[in-house]
Amino acid sequence: MGFSRTAEQQEIREQTLRICADFGDDYWLRKDREGTFPEEFFRAMADGGWLGVAMPQEYGGAGLGITEASVMMQAVAESGACMSGASAIHMNIFGLNPVVVFGTEAQKRRMLPPLIAGADKACFGVTEPNVGLNTTELKTRAERVGDRYVVNGQKMWISTAQVATKILLLARTTPLDQVRKKTDGLSLFYTTLDRSKVEIRLIEKMGRHAVDSNMLFFDGLEIPEEDRIGEEGKGFRYILHGMNPERILIAAEAVGIGRAALAKASNYAKERIVFGRPIGQNQGIQHPLARCWAHLEAADLMTFKAAELYDQGQECGAEANAAKYLAGEAGFTAAETAVMTHGGMGYAQEYHVERYLRESLIPRIAPVSRELILSHIAERVLGLAKSY
Amino acid sequence: MKLLVPVKRVVDYNVKVRVKADGTGVETANVKMSMNPFDEIGVEEAVRLKEKGVATEIVAVSCGPAACAEQIRTALAMGADRGILVEHDGVLEPLAVAKLLKALVAKESPDLVILGKQAIDDDMNATGQMLAALLGWAQGTYASKIEAADGGLLVTREVDGGLERIQLKLPAIVTTDLRLNEPRYASLPNIMKARKKPIENVKPADLGVDVTPRLTVLKVAEPPTRQAGKKVASVAELVDKLRNEAKVI
Ligand SMILES: Cc1cc2nc3c(=O)[nH]c(=O)nc-3n(C[C@H](O)[C@H](O)[C@H](O)COP(=O)(O)OP(=O)(O)OC[C@H]3O[C@@H](n4cnc5c(N)ncnc54)[C@H](O)[C@@H]3O)c2cc1C
Ligand SMILES: Cc1cc2nc3c(=O)[nH]c(=O)nc-3n(C[C@H](O)[C@H](O)[C@H](O)COP(=O)(O)OP(=O)(O)OC[C@H]3O[C@@H](n4cnc5c(N)ncnc54)[C@H](O)[C@@H]3O)c2cc1C
Repeated sequence: MGFSRTAEQQEIREQTLRICADFGDDYWLRKDREGTFPEEFFRAMADGGWLGVAMPQEYGGAGLGITEASVMMQAVAESGACMSGASAIHMNIFGLNPVVVFGTEAQKRRMLPPLIAGADKACFGVTEPNVGLNTTELKTRAERVGDRYVVNGQKMWISTAQVATKILLLARTTPLDQVRKKTDGLSLFYTTLDRSKVEIRLIEKMGRHAVDSNMLFFDGLEIPEEDRIGEEGKGFRYILHGMNPERILIAAEAVGIGRAALAKASNYAKERIVFGRPIGQNQGIQHPLARCWAHLEAADLMTFKAAELYDQGQECGAEANAAKYLAGEAGFTAAETAVMTHGGMGYAQEYHVERYLRESLIPRIAPVSRELILSHIAERVLGLAKSY
Repeated sequence: MKLLVPVKRVVDYNVKVRVKADGTGVETANVKMSMNPFDEIGVEEAVRLKEKGVATEIVAVSCGPAACAEQIRTALAMGADRGILVEHDGVLEPLAVAKLLKALVAKESPDLVILGKQAIDDDMNATGQMLAALLGWAQGTYASKIEAADGGLLVTREVDGGLERIQLKLPAIVTTDLRLNEPRYASLPNIMKARKKPIENVKPADLGVDVTPRLTVLKVAEPPTRQAGKKVASVAELVDKLRNEAKVI
């Protein structure tokens, strides 16, 4: 395994940071206050061809791996854009991997180019209010009527639905009591988000106000058969396929947030004079920051190890999960430490670390919680009895 | 029209440079390096001339250590067609670089060489002028606008007190000023394409150029730290301080 980035990965990082430099902390603070989607940033990334980083070249992408996509998403978060920037483009980067892997040629030609060009924005509809992390029990129903499906039910926390034109939707096509295996009976669709048939209600949340999350109420949304990805009833497996790369990307983003916070804190600690010297000269300030650095870099190594395994086509479930866990914790702790280092100013918006802190909680919760990651590692790596 | 665009590897403009402890230069180990911003403007102008159909080929050149290939790649990602790396470890003074470029001009026969007016590391502001002198070519320095006109170039120059417009016959040398253009960011597809563009590697000896330094650096030191300003309450106090403390009036 290589510990350093290739020249090409380095360039991806540099160029991403350059674009992001046009969207500084003040931009993100304004977007956060207004609660408006960062359209200008989204356009800049789309116009530079960055959304297609990990999509196949035949459909307008760059055909690079999750490693390169992670380098890029980490740079976005690290620029201070944090989750406001990362989540704005996250779906375009790898969300349609199930279409790449399981879609027909016609579907790929139809679905991928507009997403890569940024003409389409997509949201990802899995989580439901009454199911939680127990995904195999999803209740939202897609009932087959002739050559189409009719969807009724609810989804929860669906990010970017306010601005999305498309939805990648996991819904039940066979009732749970009629399936042989509980992982069967769910199907995956990529379809137009028809607002006349789906009510989209904003969830007021703690942070990342620029990128909305929503409750979705489906009332007879019709989906043509050609918008179903792969076989009917196999949707859960298709989603599983994309989970590891998603965790790797989120881990890279979380490390990025932590680094942004640590940079702010170190600068402040150098400049703020109390008791006649910079606060950063006290070990009480230095040591927590140094510890954050160590944890962030360790999480980063696990993240890129998982990315490399994935790109080599090897099993990476334990590493991807561990990376998400470690990076989520390290990013959060760095953001919290940055706030505390700033004293009272850490609580003031103009120093930006309070926004980082609010956003650093997202990679701890989504797309899978710490507890479920630990249960997974306990079961799959340590061979302990399944607990959930 | 064929263009030659030299690009220099320098300490990134965002880095706060630090003088080495022994006073022989500035710290460059583990410091972020980038393309000289004025050269970036040069590459951008070349790419625009190509997009307008004025230029046909753009060759990016960098003189220095092997790592300069990174800056050439950046130029290729912005739209240059191919690169030449004149590889040399150690100091390269403006005259040596001008001689290397002259040798490359003889090899490549460009119609126009676009250089930065200066590099932000040593701020010499000399290479373009030296190259023009060595070649005996027309030069338009501090350019803020370049237009193709009458088979040559109309160059607007930023000079003390205003703008000067000059007509250049080709072949010519142009050096860029800050307001010439705003360089583009390399797009991801172009970064990918740049990987396939060729970079030729030559040594100063291959070009028959002696690059031995002619200048001796005696000492590099930090500029003195600026003292904090003082606020005065009245004009009378200001005049008093200027006369008796600063002793300037
Ligand atoms: C900002 C944000 C954006 C999101 N965007 C999207 C999106 O775009 N699309 C989408 O589909 N979803 C999205 N989500 C949802 C997210 O993936 C879920 O919130 C997450 O998977 C957790 O599920 P839950 O909220 O239902 O928690 P629950 O399942 O209700 O869990 C609650 C708590 O109980 C714990 N727990 C549950 N079961 C066990 C067990 N067996 N043992 C121990 N502990 C257990 C969990 O770890 C957690 O701490 C988003 C969430 C947030 C906060
Ligand atoms: C919401 C809010 C409301 C407030 N309301 C009021 C109010 O009504 N009235 C009022 O007077 N004040 C108020 N404050 C100010 C608050 O009391 C101060 O922010 C607090 O005392 C810290 O001081 P500071 O911000 O100047 O931090 P600083 O003194 O700048 O300290 C910054 C950091 O350096 C650390 N540090 C400093 N010296 C050392 C050392 N020698 N060794 C180790 N660590 C060190 C500190 O612990 C801290 O982590 C409020 C603050 C907030 C956030």
